[in-house]
Amino acid sequence: MGTMPDVGADQTVKIDVENLDLFYGKQQALFGVSMSVPARAVTALIGPSGCGKSTFLRTLNRMNDLIAGVRISGTVRIDGTDIYSPWIDVVDLRKRVGMVFQRPNPFPMSVYDNVAYGPRIHGLRNRRKLDEIVENSLRRAALWDEVKDRLHQPALGLSGGQQQRLCIARLLAVEPEVVLMDEPTSALDPISTLRIEELIADLKETYTIVIVTHNMQQAARVSDYTAFFLNGELVEFNATAELFTKPKDKRTEDYITGRFG
Amino acid sequence: MTGLHRRKIVNALAAVVFALMVVLAVIPLFHVLIYVVKQGLPGLSWTFLTSLPAPVGVPGGGMGNAILGSLILVSIATLVSVPLGIGTGIFLSEWGRGRFGALVRWVADILSGAPSIVVGLFIYSLVVVPMRGFSALSGGLALAVLMMPTVARSTEQMLRMVPHTLREASLALGATWAQTVWRVVMPAARKGILTGVMLSVARVMGETAPLIVTAFGSGFWPTSIFKPIAAVPLQVFVYAISPYPSWQQQAWTGALTLVLLVLFINIFARLLLRDRGAQGR
Repeated sequence: MGTMPDVGADQTVKIDVENLDLFYGKQQALFGVSMSVPARAVTALIGPSGCGKSTFLRTLNRMNDLIAGVRISGTVRIDGTDIYSPWIDVVDLRKRVGMVFQRPNPFPMSVYDNVAYGPRIHGLRNRRKLDEIVENSLRRAALWDEVKDRLHQPALGLSGGQQQRLCIARLLAVEPEVVLMDEPTSALDPISTLRIEELIADLKETYTIVIVTHNMQQAARVSDYTAFFLNGELVEFNATAELFTKPKDKRTEDYITGRFG
Repeated sequence: MTGLHRRKIVNALAAVVFALMVVLAVIPLFHVLIYVVKQGLPGLSWTFLTSLPAPVGVPGGGMGNAILGSLILVSIATLVSVPLGIGTGIFLSEWGRGRFGALVRWVADILSGAPSIVVGLFIYSLVVVPMRGFSALSGGLALAVLMMPTVARSTEQMLRMVPHTLREASLALGATWAQTVWRVVMPAARKGILTGVMLSVARVMGETAPLIVTAFGSGFWPTSIFKPIAAVPLQVFVYAISPYPSWQQQAWTGALTLVLLVLFINIFARLLLRDRGAQGR
């Protein structure tokens, strides 16, 4: 089992990563990362640019598969199942482990069609049921009141912050278990950022959330656990309050006190 | 101070030079258009658009059969080349990174540069000879071969312009690659793909050489795609090189008709697309 912060006995592990190495061609980007991501909590990944935190996040739903020349060793288990085993259906995995990206990327379709996209590709045709899913997802993403009168208008007409919440609604519509967020607020203004952060706090009741962030204040605000990455290594992983107040590693301390990065 | 002065003058000079080049490039374009309209418009009438060609000396007569023939030929060409071309374009853009993709791309580029008469002769030996006769079908196929590489390459380019983040978003929702291409990438590139198709339609609409050895031309209304068929550019060619002023007049009007046909098809396609896209963009 990977490194686990001290979190009380009742905390279950959702994702268990062991000894993960990742190479882009000949260049190694992750070095022996081991960590256990607790279920139904927010885990933040912090570290300077290029430290491998986004790369690590993308190994959790195998988005790195799309990049040519990526090689990986070690194991990643979700609920005990090795997601890199040849018997794993990647499409099914990505349904269970959804992702929110750095820039809002709604499809060039209506608001409704964006949210209905996931259920539709997974075979749902029933109009009533779709309506229901769309409404529920938009409500959970705290967007319903703002868009309920423009469901059939283009999603690209929404503001950046609304678009990002739409992307979250689109994701919730496929009912994932894990939500990966790759700097979801870096392209947003402070008010939109705040709304997304509130949303994250709501969502952790139901979902396991892993969020990459550049912003240490954000990590401190939204997360229960924080992992600090540096040069492709996991330096320290602990409960957020512990990590920020009593870092065990000198490099963590240097980073969070702003001495580099 | 003098440096700044000099820079401003050079800058203004550059702007003038480029503006001049634009004018030079645009003059022939407009001149052609205006000249065709000027020469062709007097002969344009309902009779011209709807009747069969008349013999020399007989007043009236027109290109009705040739206009219909051209539409049939281009329809056959579009029906054949658009599915194949778009399919190839999708392959090249989404899976064509390897050696096979490079080969397909190379062949398409060579084919799009092939002289159209060569393509005509190719279809002549492949279709006309075995079927023992000129036909609308062979003409349409020749035009299809001319359209295909353009459609394929422009589709590929349009699909590549769709941001990678959209593909990622779809895949991250558990969509397969095929679903992603079909439901997200293609709709996003729809307009660009149509533009590529329209450009190639406009090009083959005016093709003459390959039709001489395939569709052949005809003085009658089309009855079957297995018989020779008239086409506007063929008719224009025959009339233009004739010594009779009345036929030469008809050649100009035919040329104008060709330009108008391309224009109308373009407008029609845009309208069609706008209706379907109303929910989207």
